[in-house]
Amino acid sequence: MAPSLSGHRISRRALLRGTAAGAGAVTLPTLLTACGGPGNEVKIGSNASDAVPRKAFAEVFNAYEKKSDKKVKVNTVNHEAFQEGINRYLKGTPDDVFMWFAGYRMQFFAEQGQLAEISDLWKGFDGFSDALKAQSTGKDGKQYLVPYYYYPWAVFYRKSVFAQRGYEIPKTFDEFRALAKRMDKDGLDAIAFGDKDGWPAMGTFDYLNMRANGYDFHVSLMGGKESWTDPRVKHVFDLWRGLMPYHQKGANGRTWQEAAQSLAQKKSGMAVFGLPHPGQQFPDADRDDLDFFAFPEIDSAYGQDAVEAPIDGFLLAKKSKRQKEGKELLKYLATPAAEEIYLKRDPNNIAVNDGASTSSYNALQKKAVDLISNAKQISQFMDRDTRPDFASQVMIRAIQQFINKPDDIDSLTKDIESQKKTIFAGN
Amino acid sequence: MPLINARRAKRRGPRRFTSRDLAVIGVLLGIPILLDLALVWGPTLASIGLSFTNWDGIGDIQWVGIDNYKTLFTDYPPFWPAVRNNLLWVAFLGCVATPFGLLLAILLDKGVRFSRFYQSTIYMPVVLSLAIVGFIAQLIFSRDQGALNAILANKDNPVDWLGDPELNIWMVLLAAAWRHTGYVMILYLAGLKSVDPSLKEAAAIDGASETQTFFRVVLPTLRPVNVIVGVITVIEALRAFDIVYAINHGRNGLELLSVLVTDNIIGEASRIGFGSAIAVVLLAVSMGFIVTYLVQELRGGKKG
Repeated sequence: MAPSLSGHRISRRALLRGTAAGAGAVTLPTLLTACGGPGNEVKIGSNASDAVPRKAFAEVFNAYEKKSDKKVKVNTVNHEAFQEGINRYLKGTPDDVFMWFAGYRMQFFAEQGQLAEISDLWKGFDGFSDALKAQSTGKDGKQYLVPYYYYPWAVFYRKSVFAQRGYEIPKTFDEFRALAKRMDKDGLDAIAFGDKDGWPAMGTFDYLNMRANGYDFHVSLMGGKESWTDPRVKHVFDLWRGLMPYHQKGANGRTWQEAAQSLAQKKSGMAVFGLPHPGQQFPDADRDDLDFFAFPEIDSAYGQDAVEAPIDGFLLAKKSKRQKEGKELLKYLATPAAEEIYLKRDPNNIAVNDGASTSSYNALQKKAVDLISNAKQISQFMDRDTRPDFASQVMIRAIQQFINKPDDIDSLTKDIESQKKTIFAGN
Repeated sequence: MPLINARRAKRRGPRRFTSRDLAVIGVLLGIPILLDLALVWGPTLASIGLSFTNWDGIGDIQWVGIDNYKTLFTDYPPFWPAVRNNLLWVAFLGCVATPFGLLLAILLDKGVRFSRFYQSTIYMPVVLSLAIVGFIAQLIFSRDQGALNAILANKDNPVDWLGDPELNIWMVLLAAAWRHTGYVMILYLAGLKSVDPSLKEAAAIDGASETQTFFRVVLPTLRPVNVIVGVITVIEALRAFDIVYAINHGRNGLELLSVLVTDNIIGEASRIGFGSAIAVVLLAVSMGFIVTYLVQELRGGKKG
């Protein structure tokens, strides 16, 4: 009995020792690299998990490695997972530099003290417009973001359809409505529409709001400073309700990809999208037929001044131990050259830096540059301009409910307002 | 008798566990208990505790009393639909899918022709994850490109199977039942095979009809299987998540408590306190079923 027992004990001890050693072998290197590590390395947290952007970014970082004596190590995480885990990521051991979005969504984390200030870098930056600077600035007036590329939202259509039926580009909302009515009569779904994922319809709301009430109202509404029961908000929903008969029916059961396909198949006439969205769903041969126009004017006081153009960029984590190396990398990423390398590989976005060459741009990209450079204000998109929990928990549901029952605006806005109060009071 | 017992106990005396044995037992029992406390009870109690705070996962933890619950019950529109859908899920699987699985099992047990073929076909969906069932459901029920609408060929006004909040929950339940039926069928088949045929013969000799034989003789002998199936049905219903998440992230008519918990806790600006409150409600609902089940089990056990 005794020998076998002791034999067991030994094996158990050995097992424990082995486990401890094993765990150490696994965690030790990560610990080492996490705190300190070789000084000539800089780590990047990337959410560019799709094949095209991933490759494009790899080339940019390779170029930086060649240019400097630094080594760049990229941690790519699935796009959605990166967003969902951003809290834990920043609280844990974030990479030195990481990809993120401009506007409120960046300010939110700057306010919590998770981001390193880079105002000193901004003093040396060239080629960024004031609108870009505003979107890279925290609520404390300091800069935190290096913008990298962006993509405008607009109304997309097929040139051949417009030419064949003699449609004209609408400038004002009345013309837009009249055109939609005509398309309806011609047997088209005037506006392709899919909101199964919950976010695509937000673009339409943002544009209606900015055209009817102006950019400043958009910002303060999204910042939780306005009441959703305000007549101005109800007016936005009311305008939208008037357009609903011309929207594709059953939007809550349709993905944006399917909506884009109906545009490609000439079953619908127009669609409110971001630059990277419709092209992907068009067969190669039809890409040149794709075109867009700015969302029409509603109130002449605001005209078509504001453009919705989400900006992606890079941030430096406050927790990073390589602030100097991180800043050097950010400095490089702010140069036109760094953007050109990327956009050559991923032509679905446009560079933020005025100095970046546009010679490799396709017609749509060139038009997008015009649209943005003529914009007086740039908004980010509802889920980037407001608290993420408000956008995802309240607005997605509210807009889907509106699509189901566009007539009940009063109780809808009351619903949003009371939830907004709890969420914005939370912090 | 007591004398013998006493003597036996005495004789056993010297063979008492040594302190080393006790240590070994202590460690071997202690580790699982500690793990259970740390991995199961810890998180459960932590959720209950956190449900009274407004923690966002980063900042300080602030006590807010029952505010989360107040908000949940009065000012969070997806909550009641989620509770309703969860209960609907239990009811549908329990009252439709499970009995249907039993029916199939009985038919197959009787030995229809090609019964092996039917058996494997009906069982086939069980090997799929519910998330994949969700993707398949989309291929069938999608409004514009789905197979069902293509068959119905109603081009002008196609039914929006997954986008209409009045309809989509039923489509999802059908898809979930598609899998659940096979699962239940295979469990009952195994049970039916083990029923002693002489019981049925005896019943037949006594002049019982086939229905009578089934309900009075076969079903009672299946009691252990019934219990397992009942538990599985309730668990499947309460943990339902992946299928609706795959279809539309559990929104617009497909709300479930598990989805609301995930949405609130995992996310950019996590409302951990609020999400925990929803989790506690889910816990309470499950406890309702678990306690009822245990009470019945213990009673039944005593009778048997």
